[in-house]
Amino acid sequence: MSEHDHHHHGGEHDRPLSGPALRVKALESLLVEKGLVDPKALDELIDTYETKVGPRNGARVVARAWVDPAYKQRLLADAGAAIAEFGFVGRGEDIVALENTPTVRNLVVCTLCSCYPWPVLGLPPVWYKSAPYRARAVIDPRGVLKELGGEVADDVEVRVWDSTAELRYLVLPERPAGTEGWSEEQLAEIVTRDAMIGVARVTVPAGSGR
Amino acid sequence: MNGVHDMGGMHGMGPVEIERDEPVFHSEWEARVFALNLASGFHRKWNMDMGRHSRERMPPAEYLAATYYERWLYGLEKLLVEEGLVSARELETGRAGEKAGGVRPLAVAEVATYLRFRLRARLDDDVPPRFRPGDAVVARNIHPTGHTRLPRYARGRRGAVDRDHGVFIFPDASAMSRDKKPQHLYTVRFAARELWGPGAFARDSVHVNLWDDHLDPA
Repeated sequence: MSEHDHHHHGGEHDRPLSGPALRVKALESLLVEKGLVDPKALDELIDTYETKVGPRNGARVVARAWVDPAYKQRLLADAGAAIAEFGFVGRGEDIVALENTPTVRNLVVCTLCSCYPWPVLGLPPVWYKSAPYRARAVIDPRGVLKELGGEVADDVEVRVWDSTAELRYLVLPERPAGTEGWSEEQLAEIVTRDAMIGVARVTVPAGSGR
Repeated sequence: MNGVHDMGGMHGMGPVEIERDEPVFHSEWEARVFALNLASGFHRKWNMDMGRHSRERMPPAEYLAATYYERWLYGLEKLLVEEGLVSARELETGRAGEKAGGVRPLAVAEVATYLRFRLRARLDDDVPPRFRPGDAVVARNIHPTGHTRLPRYARGRRGAVDRDHGVFIFPDASAMSRDKKPQHLYTVRFAARELWGPGAFARDSVHVNLWDDHLDPA
């Protein structure tokens, strides 16, 4: 899997196009010729999800919820409205925030496809859309968590959320110890995508913070 | 449909592998097919649910072997032909027979607004709920051959309504006949042991979004 690292587009034109690349190129030409798509709009759509929307959005939401109890209350009551306070690009879907506590761990999956809260996390990573995660998250959440984010104690309740509607979930992770007095910006730096899906905890990287 | 896309609870798929510093797209064509899907949806010839169903209809062996965006490519080609935006011959030859009449493409300036409202599934229709939070329910043991948001692992299982989210488009109908069939959407909590048997942890649960037409009183 790690061989993918340098395939970011722009860098692959010196290699012959493979099957899907050829088909997509032919399809785009056809749709442009028929007047059904404008290539500039395609560029804009791609740019939106490569540079404007992504997990940094969600990290800001989480950090604010950690420092501002009134905001946290709004987030848990109506996440869509609380997220809109940041002006993030939504798609009209409803979003529900799920709070992790010392006794409850939440884990989000879409077993049927790839439902994911785009406005706060951007496009889902490959593993989230993969057969292993979709198959296992509902039947063996503790096994998945053990592999990815550390073991969950027996007395902690694991709640799995299978996203099957235009209603998406954002996990509000626990604020890690040792971050007392940090600013919202500092906190946002340490909130990860995987913590907002529920497969990892937020930890304090060595040397970060003050 | 009882397809391979309905993966919840399957075994043998291997470990979950998280790629470090994963790019949004792994190649140029993935980005293009992503954008082509969204830009083609602008013509409103199909809805989100039809889009999902188009990818589920990929033959099972191909579906499992395909990458995510190969499924998007498959579904888009299918919908473009089925809904008459391009002909099968045009798709095969890659040459346009004639320009599409009476349509214009999504413009750059419209992208932000288009994205903002694309997925709205909540409806204002005044439909009474069949269930209230706390109600004991059983997911219907049904096997629709078309699109359904009721995963196999929940069918016939007993749960409790956790929340009522209000009235939403019903995807099972919307994918097959464009009928919105407005009804309440709930989060239903199933105990892990109800779904997976005594080997599961007693305190764990799986929450599934289900609609009125998926549920009966228990």
